[in-house]
Amino acid sequence: MTETTKTPAPDATPAPPAPRGLVPLPLAAARALLLGGGIATAASAFLAWTWTSEFPGDLTITGYPGGLQWLTFTAGLLTTLYALAAYGIRGLGWLLPARNNAPLVLNALGGFAVTWFTVIAISAELGGVVNLEPGGWIAAVASLLPVLGAFALPQEHAGEGTKETLKAYIAKPERIAAPQAVAPWVQRAVITVVTIIGLGVFTYGIDTEYGELFVGYLFVVVFALWALHTAGLLDRFSALVAANRSFTLAMGFAAAIAFPFTQTDDHYANIGVNILIFGTVALGLNIVVGLAGLLDLGYVAFLGVGAYTAALVSGSEFSTISGVHLPFWASALAGAAASLVFGVLIGAPTLRLRGDYLAIVTLGFGEIFRIAVNNMDGQSGPDVTNGPNGIPSIPDLNLFGFNFGQAHDIGGFTLGRFANYYLLMVLIMAIVVLVYTRAADSRIGRSWIAIREDETAATAMGINGFRVKLVAFALGAALAGLAGTVSAHVTYSVVPTPYQFAGSTPPNSAFLLAAVVLGGMGTVAGPLLGAALLYLLPEKLVFLQEKSLLAFGIALILLMRFRPEGIIANRRRQLEFHETGQLDVPKQTTLTDEPAVTKAGA
Amino acid sequence: MTTPVLEARDVTMRFGGLTAVRSVDFTVNAGEIVGLIGPNGAGKTTFFNCLTGLYVPTEGTVSYKGTVLPPKPHLVTQAGIARTFQNIRLFANMTVLENVLVGRHTRTKEGLWSALLRGPGFKKAERESEERAMELLEFIGLAHKRDHLARNLPYGEQRKLEIARAMASEPGLLLLDEPTAGMNPQETRATEELVFAIRDKGIAVLLIEHDMRFVFNLSDRVAVLVQGEKLVEGTAEVVQADERVVAAYLGEPFEGDPGEAEAAEVEAAEAAAEAPSTTSSTKGEAK
Repeated sequence: MTETTKTPAPDATPAPPAPRGLVPLPLAAARALLLGGGIATAASAFLAWTWTSEFPGDLTITGYPGGLQWLTFTAGLLTTLYALAAYGIRGLGWLLPARNNAPLVLNALGGFAVTWFTVIAISAELGGVVNLEPGGWIAAVASLLPVLGAFALPQEHAGEGTKETLKAYIAKPERIAAPQAVAPWVQRAVITVVTIIGLGVFTYGIDTEYGELFVGYLFVVVFALWALHTAGLLDRFSALVAANRSFTLAMGFAAAIAFPFTQTDDHYANIGVNILIFGTVALGLNIVVGLAGLLDLGYVAFLGVGAYTAALVSGSEFSTISGVHLPFWASALAGAAASLVFGVLIGAPTLRLRGDYLAIVTLGFGEIFRIAVNNMDGQSGPDVTNGPNGIPSIPDLNLFGFNFGQAHDIGGFTLGRFANYYLLMVLIMAIVVLVYTRAADSRIGRSWIAIREDETAATAMGINGFRVKLVAFALGAALAGLAGTVSAHVTYSVVPTPYQFAGSTPPNSAFLLAAVVLGGMGTVAGPLLGAALLYLLPEKLVFLQEKSLLAFGIALILLMRFRPEGIIANRRRQLEFHETGQLDVPKQTTLTDEPAVTKAGA
Repeated sequence: MTTPVLEARDVTMRFGGLTAVRSVDFTVNAGEIVGLIGPNGAGKTTFFNCLTGLYVPTEGTVSYKGTVLPPKPHLVTQAGIARTFQNIRLFANMTVLENVLVGRHTRTKEGLWSALLRGPGFKKAERESEERAMELLEFIGLAHKRDHLARNLPYGEQRKLEIARAMASEPGLLLLDEPTAGMNPQETRATEELVFAIRDKGIAVLLIEHDMRFVFNLSDRVAVLVQGEKLVEGTAEVVQADERVVAAYLGEPFEGDPGEAEAAEVEAAEAAAEAPSTTSSTKGEAK
């Protein structure tokens, strides 16, 4: 299609066969299909797709797109933009630095996926294709055009077998020219814009009102991000982030703080605060699993210890320590300290084990916590936790006269109860992120990584393996306990059931671990993203109901097959390689290349 | 030359019924390079592991500069004995610099709190560690690769990096387990120079090696370990001349049939004539 793929010239030497497209069309037609199809797809969003407003989102009004039609519009717009960039329109070149086909193909596929999903969903839910208005048919055809166009683009490897060809169409080129150096303020402006767009996209995802919209949203976001990845733009952005680390962090927190101000319904702030709690705990687990390499399957117990401690000292009338009402800072410290003690108590005997044995023992301790809490009701054991009834009616927090239970008006925005807790949780997450990044980049952090890489060699380098692992375990536990203290207040009550190994809703140990692995071990953003995804999926896709665990398992298997390093890979080091110009670096995977264990020290 | 850095006394290591190392006495003096050789399975690495605390010797003690070492690897390193491994055990997913910084672990003491609070002391210690690590990387000639992942280094450089990592713990004694295994002659020669340079820094070196030329070129003394027992110890000439060493590597010379005295005489004469050439070939080939 471009300079890199050698556009077939009519009088070219016949020696190298000119790359051809999968769909036999001339290049000009392919590009025209892409552009025209993209515009048509975007335009078709303004038509009426169905006759009844029974399908959620009201897709019946011509001229006013609703719900899923906006997603089709967005996807069509992206396809159009990329088609224009492929034409070489001035000012859009940055969209396609490698001039490859993959971004075009993936954007076209994204539009196709979301449109056809909508059309099929309308037909399936309303009972047959008769429910489609002509606009629906037009949208379906329009979204197919860019796909045809994209696959008609000339592509190397075309003709070596369909599978290879398809792979080549969506492959990211191995070498993408380095971007021109830009002024620092431009870099910051780019980061700011991306943060704002990111906040918008994320907020839209949280605010989706029905499952179909969320599925469509996922289609658009996944294909768009994939397209940006193959275009090399994500790599460029992470290079920018690496160069402006503290600025990005500040922007990230600004965006996190801005989130409740964009919400009108406190329900979505509730989702936000739960994601933050989940994400904070996952980040704590990332210290244990991602840095020190200790597989902890009972981690949620520490969240439980923190929550129960906070509940007991909260002044709840059902608390077994009646009359004690500590201020929040004290109860937060108490929760973290109790979890820390618990972590040391569990860690001291178990951390002498390695690998699978540690996983089994931590799994056992996690369950022991839940069962013990269930039984400390005054009949089977001492009366501490009220057994299965838990500790209800935990009062709302009151910090410096700011009552978290009431809605507050700040600068014209109304912050509801959950929005208040959300902001508190942002603060706590900031602390956890700070602790994580500082600990990781220090003597103790290096010794954790060394232990993870090769425990024998690490001890031979003078690292007291047991002690260092215990510090990681206790630190992770304390951070989870800190998050637990807030979660007790957010949910009004503390009961034993959520603190189990596996369940269909987060947080539980399996979901926490999955969030870390899915997002990317050893990174800050990874577990947070993983937690957001894992919280939103069961929350939004209610129609999956009890099958959500099945779907979740399948998704996890697919991810581990195709991207074992997690969504956000720890690519700081890869970048360093690219800067030194060494490109033949093997792909970094985290789950392979386990050194064969031979005799110690051999 | 006479103060012992390392003193192993009566070290015995049994695995169930198998005695891998049998009451070995062994000393390394300050500023010495000592070689430890022996056929495969003689217990060299096991003996190394006993010295460095990876194994707890069944009997006997190991002392460093007069103090008895506890059999805990990190305490041994803290005391001042650092080691490398027979098959390289770098931290593969850490950078070259980070590998060496891990080696500095025992010589720094910034804990979790100082890492979280980032006071001036922390920054100073980190900077000093990095400076020291960079000095070492320059010493072994890997300074330009500081940000590469250890796993991506060529084999010979991984060996060197392992030595630098061990040296980062500021040891008084460096134990090298087959430092030239898998190296070509040029790399072996470079390693030879590196070991001399390490000795010139005042670090005593104890090395296990199968490359006889390398060992005899380097070592002030060589000890031979056969089936867990120390057979001979002495200078290169003494060890090379010892028939038992040759026997251990190549097998006993055929004694001959009792009935055929003549043949035995001829054989004895042949053996006597071939003796010098056998030793010299041992030097180069025996592995």
